[in-house]
Amino acid sequence: MSIKGQIAIVGAAETSELGRIPQLSALGLHADAAVNAIRDCGIDKAEIDGVASAGQSPVAVAKHLGITPTWVDGTSVGGCSFMLHVRHAAAAIAAGMCEVVLVTHGESGRSRVGNGAWSPDLQSLNGQFEVPYGPTGPPTMFPIGVLRYMKETGLTAEQLATVAVVQRQWAAQNPRAMMRDPITVEDVLASRMIAYPMHLLECCLVTDGGGALLVTSAERARSMDLTSPPVYVLGTGESCETPMVSQMEDFTTSKAFRVSGAKAFAESGIGHADVDHLMIYDAFAHLPIYGLEDLGFVGRGEAAAFIGEGNTAPGGSLPLNTNGGGLSYTHTGMYGMFAIQESVRQLRGTAAAQVPGVEVSVAHGVGGMFGASGTLVLTNQAQ
Amino acid sequence: MTSKAAPVPTPETQPYWDGCAAGELRLQRCTHCDTFYFPPRPFCPDCLSDEVVWKPLSGRATLHTYVINHRAAPGFEAPYAIAVVQLEEGPRLMSNIVGVPQTPEALELDMALQVAFEGRGDVQVPVFRPAGSVS
Repeated sequence: MSIKGQIAIVGAAETSELGRIPQLSALGLHADAAVNAIRDCGIDKAEIDGVASAGQSPVAVAKHLGITPTWVDGTSVGGCSFMLHVRHAAAAIAAGMCEVVLVTHGESGRSRVGNGAWSPDLQSLNGQFEVPYGPTGPPTMFPIGVLRYMKETGLTAEQLATVAVVQRQWAAQNPRAMMRDPITVEDVLASRMIAYPMHLLECCLVTDGGGALLVTSAERARSMDLTSPPVYVLGTGESCETPMVSQMEDFTTSKAFRVSGAKAFAESGIGHADVDHLMIYDAFAHLPIYGLEDLGFVGRGEAAAFIGEGNTAPGGSLPLNTNGGGLSYTHTGMYGMFAIQESVRQLRGTAAAQVPGVEVSVAHGVGGMFGASGTLVLTNQAQ
Repeated sequence: MTSKAAPVPTPETQPYWDGCAAGELRLQRCTHCDTFYFPPRPFCPDCLSDEVVWKPLSGRATLHTYVINHRAAPGFEAPYAIAVVQLEEGPRLMSNIVGVPQTPEALELDMALQVAFEGRGDVQVPVFRPAGSVS
């Protein structure tokens, strides 16, 4: 049994503002995005019978919006949770558990309004076996394998910096991107060292914002009076590897990426050459490199050269992170929702930096620090 | 908080921390698979056998990968390396590297290391120093 082509995204929107939104709590950001997505879809709220969210509980989101769901998903595995929500929603809709699912994200990552405080549980595995060695957040943990990758593949500091430079080229075309001024490799390498070998400009932004999606069956989508054409789900994947980054099997590749990506591609039946547009969650500059290789777009150790040759840049053969990504567009904390939003915009033809003729887009997310992964293969072509 | 974060053992991990307190790095070994594993748990993660035994390790390791953190955690003085070490017996651990400048030049991947122990509150945690250096 496959959901290929049977499920559609019929509403998609982000919060009205992005960046600094101190007037809204994290729950308020979920709601702001949800209301925008409901308006984008044109659906009556009463038709929504499924709610999925991460960060804030779907119980809180449903109550806040006055929805009584028959299906609830609180999967919270980090920034790719929303890829998993779409996947789970697709299965639930196909199984008849619900008909219209609202997926929401909202995070007051910068203003920290109603966002919850982070404190490590010193009895957890991380608390016992990682925290005592002095990490200060994801920048000091997520890139811990980069030096290993450099030694084994020959990746240079300049090549790593190029990832940030290329994404800024996309962001320069996007008025909603937080960072739009062009940067050079020299700028990146001259920016403050956060955690060697990662400089400030190789680390994601910290922002407020949110996004929401409405997911239903392709059949129902045909009978709806939609404001935008449906985006169909061709294939999906998910997996997880480890709650402790120090316990990755191989620091030069993500097992969760490989498993999730292979599953999504197999279900979709498409090949890599069929992909017109790609989003790879970029919390740090090494992630697009790992993603390109682990999803099979290039061979091992080839991603940096592929990016350096301009293939992922504006005008390139594989436009990547066209909103500017977590490095230059926005990064609330669980960025995966924004990767899906940009895939939907590119497939609708409404992106700020629109790529001509996009028919297939892949949105690939990471959760935690190579902890989990989710992949969506999307198309604007009815199946 | 101005001191380094200290781990809080659970019943499953207590023998590991007891070993550290005694100056001995020890892990569990599955008697069926004949392999060491980490983190501690009362069964083998490969075959799920509960016939596992605690064994002392050599303390020998190599520097597998690291970052040098420039934003100090409480009790730390930046910059300092947060590393993953490859134990001779197979598993890898996160750790700090001591007795060596915290610079890319001094911290060479795959360099040989030897376990040492450092206090975190009342708990001793394994850290690593270059092999052959005086502790």
